[in-house]
Amino acid sequence: MTNKSLLVVNDLHVSVEGKEILKGLTLTVNAGEVHALMGPNGSGKSTLSFCLMGHPKYHVTSGRILYKGKDIAELPPNKRAASGIFLAFQYPTAIPGVTIANFLRAALRGVRGGDVPVKEFRQLIKTHLKSLGISESFMSRYVNDGFSGGEKKRLEILQMAVLSPSLAVLDETDSGLDIDALKTVAAGINALRSPERGILLITHYQRLLNYITPDHVHVLVNGRVVRSGGPELAHELEAKGYEGFREPEPVTSAAV
Amino acid sequence: MTTKPQVNINDEYEKLYGFHMPEHSVFKSEPGLDEDKVKQISGMKGEPKWMLDFRLRGYRYFMNKPMPTWANTALLNSIKFDSIFYYLKPTTGQSDNWNEVPEEIKQTFDRLGIPEAERKFLAGVSAQYESESVYHSMRDDLQKQGVIFLDMDTALKEQPEIVKRYFGTVIPPADNKFAALNTSVWSGGSFIYVPKGVKVAMPLQAYFRINAKNMGQFERTLIIADEGAEVTYIEGCTAPVYSSDSLHSAVVELIAMPHAHLRYVTIQNWSKNVYNLVTKRAVAQEGATVEWLDGNLGSKLTMKFPAVYMMGPGARGEVLSVAFANSGQHQDAGAKMIHAAPDTSSVITSKSISKGSGRTSYRGLVKVYPGSENAKSTVRCDALLLNEESRSDTYPTLEIDEKRVQIGHEATVSKIGDEQLFYAMSRGLTEQEAMSMIVNGFIEPFVKELPLEYSVELNRLVQLEMEGAVG
Repeated sequence: MTNKSLLVVNDLHVSVEGKEILKGLTLTVNAGEVHALMGPNGSGKSTLSFCLMGHPKYHVTSGRILYKGKDIAELPPNKRAASGIFLAFQYPTAIPGVTIANFLRAALRGVRGGDVPVKEFRQLIKTHLKSLGISESFMSRYVNDGFSGGEKKRLEILQMAVLSPSLAVLDETDSGLDIDALKTVAAGINALRSPERGILLITHYQRLLNYITPDHVHVLVNGRVVRSGGPELAHELEAKGYEGFREPEPVTSAAV
Repeated sequence: MTTKPQVNINDEYEKLYGFHMPEHSVFKSEPGLDEDKVKQISGMKGEPKWMLDFRLRGYRYFMNKPMPTWANTALLNSIKFDSIFYYLKPTTGQSDNWNEVPEEIKQTFDRLGIPEAERKFLAGVSAQYESESVYHSMRDDLQKQGVIFLDMDTALKEQPEIVKRYFGTVIPPADNKFAALNTSVWSGGSFIYVPKGVKVAMPLQAYFRINAKNMGQFERTLIIADEGAEVTYIEGCTAPVYSSDSLHSAVVELIAMPHAHLRYVTIQNWSKNVYNLVTKRAVAQEGATVEWLDGNLGSKLTMKFPAVYMMGPGARGEVLSVAFANSGQHQDAGAKMIHAAPDTSSVITSKSISKGSGRTSYRGLVKVYPGSENAKSTVRCDALLLNEESRSDTYPTLEIDEKRVQIGHEATVSKIGDEQLFYAMSRGLTEQEAMSMIVNGFIEPFVKELPLEYSVELNRLVQLEMEGAVG
């Protein structure tokens, strides 16, 4: 662990409703890096993302999550958000009756720990809407209420841009997007790449990685990282499928 | 993952609304009710004989009618009718100038922001303190257009014919036990008449304040919108926090003549020691529209089922209501839509929130009489439960005696979802903030119909009720 390490996940075991899903996951994300975590359905990808954000149903039974050198196990989700962690949800939740404008303003207040002047807020929103190609009328819609898949993902990216996190975790942000939406979303993510920020892309498919080149790729199978490598690993996966990455025997895994 | 409540709701209510001033009155009846007291009230007001007879009819019905058995009987039967003060006259007269209102009463309304609201966005204001209206005013331009806005006692003196013609025609004395009680001891309330074709752009408002302990407030309101007229009326109400109970039992009658548009808005915020047992009913004639916007946050027990009788072809009725029941409260609210003519349509939207051990009930009736062809009715009730012990019940009744109709009913009960909470919290909101936001979103369909000043106020009230929702 260097002083650049934003996130260190060490031998993490996580259970949901009594069932162990993550079985010793280890992963380090440094500032300035983009990591892709790839894995088949049921491998524990979403579990990791919920666990990083502090979902109350996901229990860490052993292992540690260090963020900026501190154990965050006891922090509620809002404190994690305030410390700079952001999760773009795979299935964002609708909050009927609450406008995106009000929601974002409250979020920004929570993350910054104080009120944001109206003028500054408007300017900030305007800038990000423009760069993401989203119309201003979007702001008066209710959060995810009746949204298409593409709209939901765009809203996740907008929130990420506005909240400007240190660590962004994107859970299957590419799923359910047509090619144009995928490009917009990828452009939004690329715009956030910076030396101070770490990005963890969680994805089933390689196609998002055609637009965002990760620094590191990890393969998650049955709750553990079974292979790590560079961008070429994603192409290998694309060619071979997950069949070639079945969970190794315990003896072999020690050698990985 | 818990946040300590910052404010105790009752402390906060006490500070903002639940304060009381020293009690002064020019007349206060002895507690309890008998026939002599009814005569005394009528005599002091110098009423015509027909009104006294009317009161006495109401009194007899009240004494003879049993308590409703279909409602929250445990609470209803704990009302101590003998310890209630049925009439309290706080001042010698009414004023149209705030400076002439007695200091303590003026201070009360100042603290509640009424004079300020009047200056900013109201076309007329009436302020009732205990049994009588103490302040009343209306903009000159409306006066010139023939709009009448008076307290009911003054209306009986100044507009005797029109009052006699319509008073008690929508809600007769024998309608129910509490309407009968109101009929026998009514005092104050508003009388409004909007002439043919006059459209009153800004709302008229009445504010009802109880100050004394064990007080009974029985205002009587009658609003008549003549052909093609339009008017919005808003009422608000608060009371001090006392350990003994008060009783508020109003009767509100609305008459919308052909093609009139009448909107009646209530933000009920009584303290949690007030029984709020109110009868509200409207008649909508041909092509007329009546809308009840009914927000119930306060009181110990509220029973209120605003009704629209659609008597002419094409008449429309709407009830849009929000009820918030905190621990110790029962909001028994709903709506009645009576279709008695062809092409009539009605919409009921009921949103209720139960917190702690709070209880909400939706009780509704849609009745379609034979011959009401093409009647349409849509009922939607959404209940939101915030805690394990919160309770919500739905009692919908449909009586449809006509074949060619479209009737829809939809009801949902939900708990604040863990996933919604997690989503909002992952964006930096505390659990408390997340819950308040979800609740405010839930009632948004109601709030967005209110004038801006009231929607801000309502959101703030909900915020107050949400304090301590977590933990």
